[in-house]
Amino acid sequence: MSVLLIAEHNNKEIKPFTFNAITAASQIETDLHVLLIGNNCGDIAKSLSEMSAVKKVLHAEAAHYENYLAENFAPLVVKVSENYSHIVSSANTFGKNLMPRVAALLDTSQISDIIKVISPDTFLRPIYAGNALATVKSTDTKKCITIRPTSFEPCETSGGSALIEKIEAAAEFSLSKFIKREEVKSDRPELGTARVVIAGGRGMQNGENFKLINAVADKLNAAIGASRAAVDAGYISNEHQVGQTGKVVVPDLYIAVGISGAIQHLAGMKESKIIVAINKDGEAPIFSIADYGLEADLFEALPQLLEELNKLNTIQR
Amino acid sequence: MKILVAVKRVIDYNVRVRVKEDGSGVVTENIKMSSNPPDDNAIEEAVKIKEAGKATEIIAITVGEEKSQETVRKALAVGADRGILVKVDGIVEPLAVAKVLQKIVDKEKPDLVFMGKQAIDDDCNQTGQMLSALLNWPQATFASKIEIKDKILRVTREIDEGLETIEVNVPAIVTCDLRLNEPRYASLPNIMKAKKKPLEVLSASDLGVDITPRLQQIKVEEPPKRKAGIKVTSVAELVNKLKNEAKVI
Amino acid sequence: MPREAMDYDVVIVGGGPSGLSTAIKLKQLDPELNVCLLEKASEIGAHILSGNIFETKALDELFPNWKELNAPVKTKVTKEKFLFLGKTKSLSWPTWLLPSVQKNHKNYIISLANLCRWLAKQAEALGVEIFPGFPASEILYNEDGSVKGVATQDMGIDKEGKQKDNFEPGIDLLGKVTVFAEGCRGHLGKKLIEKFNLDEGKDPQQYGIGFKEIWEIDEKKHEEGMVMHTVGWPLDNNTYGGSFMYHAENKQIFLGYVIGLDYKNPHLSPFDEFQRFKTHPSIKNIIEGGKRISYGARALIEGGLQSLPKMFMPGALLIGCDAGTLNMPKIKGSHTAMKTGMIAADTINYHFKHRDNLSVYEKLFKESWVYKELYRARNVKPSFSWGLILGIIFTGIDQILFRGKLPLTLKHKHADHETLKSANEMPKIDYPKPDGVITFDKTSSVYLTGTNHEDNQPVHLQLKDSNLPISYTLEKFDEPAQRYCPAGVYEIQRENNINKFVINSQNCIHCKTCDIKEPSQNITWVTPEGSGGPKYGNM
Repeated sequence: MSVLLIAEHNNKEIKPFTFNAITAASQIETDLHVLLIGNNCGDIAKSLSEMSAVKKVLHAEAAHYENYLAENFAPLVVKVSENYSHIVSSANTFGKNLMPRVAALLDTSQISDIIKVISPDTFLRPIYAGNALATVKSTDTKKCITIRPTSFEPCETSGGSALIEKIEAAAEFSLSKFIKREEVKSDRPELGTARVVIAGGRGMQNGENFKLINAVADKLNAAIGASRAAVDAGYISNEHQVGQTGKVVVPDLYIAVGISGAIQHLAGMKESKIIVAINKDGEAPIFSIADYGLEADLFEALPQLLEELNKLNTIQR
Repeated sequence: MKILVAVKRVIDYNVRVRVKEDGSGVVTENIKMSSNPPDDNAIEEAVKIKEAGKATEIIAITVGEEKSQETVRKALAVGADRGILVKVDGIVEPLAVAKVLQKIVDKEKPDLVFMGKQAIDDDCNQTGQMLSALLNWPQATFASKIEIKDKILRVTREIDEGLETIEVNVPAIVTCDLRLNEPRYASLPNIMKAKKKPLEVLSASDLGVDITPRLQQIKVEEPPKRKAGIKVTSVAELVNKLKNEAKVI
Repeated sequence: MPREAMDYDVVIVGGGPSGLSTAIKLKQLDPELNVCLLEKASEIGAHILSGNIFETKALDELFPNWKELNAPVKTKVTKEKFLFLGKTKSLSWPTWLLPSVQKNHKNYIISLANLCRWLAKQAEALGVEIFPGFPASEILYNEDGSVKGVATQDMGIDKEGKQKDNFEPGIDLLGKVTVFAEGCRGHLGKKLIEKFNLDEGKDPQQYGIGFKEIWEIDEKKHEEGMVMHTVGWPLDNNTYGGSFMYHAENKQIFLGYVIGLDYKNPHLSPFDEFQRFKTHPSIKNIIEGGKRISYGARALIEGGLQSLPKMFMPGALLIGCDAGTLNMPKIKGSHTAMKTGMIAADTINYHFKHRDNLSVYEKLFKESWVYKELYRARNVKPSFSWGLILGIIFTGIDQILFRGKLPLTLKHKHADHETLKSANEMPKIDYPKPDGVITFDKTSSVYLTGTNHEDNQPVHLQLKDSNLPISYTLEKFDEPAQRYCPAGVYEIQRENNINKFVINSQNCIHCKTCDIKEPSQNITWVTPEGSGGPKYGNM
């Protein structure tokens, strides 16, 4: 059987987590088809068809697919799913909203937020906010799965030439209506979803010094985090706090500046893909989990970091 | 309007979860349990709606073991009018919970069903959406703001890109985000009163729901400890490594 | 706006062994009584921390059928060891030479937190209303000065003391009798002692700080029922303290350390002494390859009879460790706490029936076995003010030869906050860095306690003089709060060459050590918002 991946997009471009989801789906089964549901999104169908992992693109168009409503998408997914053993999407707010609706209609028990494909019916997923990992095996014939994007590499976006098959839209669900979407206009991404987070601790010494962090964050399009110590000391407001009572973040890159690494803080960021620690104290616990540690005075290191970043031609956004 | 609020009893979010040595799960004996935090927001919202005169009755329901009554009692103490415990032992998957709730909805005919967006134990984030599917009702997930105009709910949803606003017709399911409101405290007199509020105890088989798990939990383990990486000697080296080795910038 | 009030026959403050025993005994004596019990922890047991080797004497009286009722009292002590530790060596003291008070063959290794949970279940079955998550923050008095009850803490107050949207006022719990059973250094008990001069003519109270870790160890090294105590290294001869290691059920050991808070060296860090102690070969060998699963600390009360305040006052009783009934040579306070709680119930019952005042408590207490026990034990702790060696010699004579009947009573000379010497007079102590395997830092330890306090609330560790920590305590004692606090609540932070005293009150594990040891008594522990503090499991 084949695996069906539901693409996330905004009718103009593919949302990046779809690339990670494609990688995960292709690890379950190489015969990977992508379901594209949208309105005037022909370009996206084409882009998807060029991905080497994609064997077929199913493309449904309708005005009521312009905006994403699970109530509209789910019946179509269910209809298409007949020929597939697995239905996959990313475990962001898109997939989290949609997939359980599909799973219930198919009477299958969903496996959420997997971080590893062990076999086509067995998966690894975090529970208790990542404090434990569960290996679960599905006994359902059809499996609905959402994947944690940061646990899988993005797929190749070229090298393929899949067939694009137009499929019929399903009926509109009239009881729910999309009104508007306000993308956060903040100059910085949100802490919870940012690809890069740079966080300051008590080593920043005062709130004013956070401008050094802001400058680097601007450059990297990073969100700004803080340790509890920095929040308690009043350097920065508590919505920036990472750790125990604050947020749990899993960015690709986490830069901890002047943070010693109190366990509460580590709990909030230890799942990050790459961790950088900049700290004067070479014994600071943060170094024990950092991929790259720099033992240096942050007041010298941060301006240097900005300078080095400025030298780069390109920076991933 | 009648509001059904589903709540779950989970390990308190402050407790350090510990994996059992035999890999069969996490230690729950003598551990502080609490109501699932976003479920508190769900109850709070329902109570606010009732206080605004827009709802007449709030029913709190949980699906779980005998002790889950505590969680229903807590909901009663902050303003729910009556409670239902559907007793089950062991793991119940969200699909099974949704089926149980569907039966209760058929019986109680609520106009709205509220619950937290996700339970902090299994982190599934499924039940509300599944219940909507089974009932073929609208779903407003991850709600951080709810406005009621007659039979229409205007809901602001927390999504990755920012905020999304949708309108759903009643009856509908709403799953609540922590940002929705600040839950109130249960006062002592209200805790006392809650002890006297009606609490119906049912079993899944009474309702004719098959709750057999579809997933086998093969093992539960601790996440691997992160190992220390390397120390770099200069900022230039750091940037070079991030660019060319880790490929994250 | 007047607060709402609720009337009870008896209001009990604190859900530890003494308070729960009072509640149970009251209902056993008179099922008609309206009894409520307040507990500041989020659930009964979550703030309970104790060794614990349990003597069942009081439990036998309270529930003769406790075995049938499945009390969590299961692991009999089967083997005992007592070691003197040198830096690398150890000397085993023959158990036949131990004073009988230190023999444990009839006792059990238990989790006191679990016993309290069980007692709470029994109490509720008898009709006691238990309210966890509701700290009693204030004592209410009648016009004649007698205790009228307590008020619970307001909830939903922000950092600045303003009401938040979810503000919920506290309520008045009025009791014909109020029983204070807050445990060691209860913040209301402290006020009562002062207001009613309950400690008049008594020696200053003595305290210790006790640490406990639970380890899951290698099956081969685990001997269920084995108990071991040590004295000596790493403490010097002049510092009172020692360790315990109890092999409990499920491959767990309860490993702990107690240090008298009358220590003199401000550089001493009780937490680091405990961590260092674990590196001793005779300890390390046992825990190596195991895993630490819990951590906690709590002050304990050691003054004994000489320091025991009067336990009754108009309208109220002060019981258990809130008064100070721990038996120091036995290192046990649970059975005595329970018994004083039961005597409180007898007293109240008598008071209700005979309209007498509560002074009958004194008589019942003096006739009880608790008093006899504490009388015999009274000279042990003070003798250790002469140092470990002389203390042991004296204790041997006092406890083995005379069985506590020597016709003299030694005195406690100083309160614990008076004993510190200037930092510059005392040697600095160089503690080894934690290895993360056997020894740990404070933050990773505090993490295991599950402690937390709602961010936006007033700091519950109040300074009488906010300048004092820097202007005096840092200068003279190198601010020992940085070291005596087992949860890293207090820090001296240097910012642009200016020292700042930081209170991380969220970390607090409610041990009360700061309230006891602060040299100027400048720190006052008050109740934070309900449910705050540690979430101990089987401690």
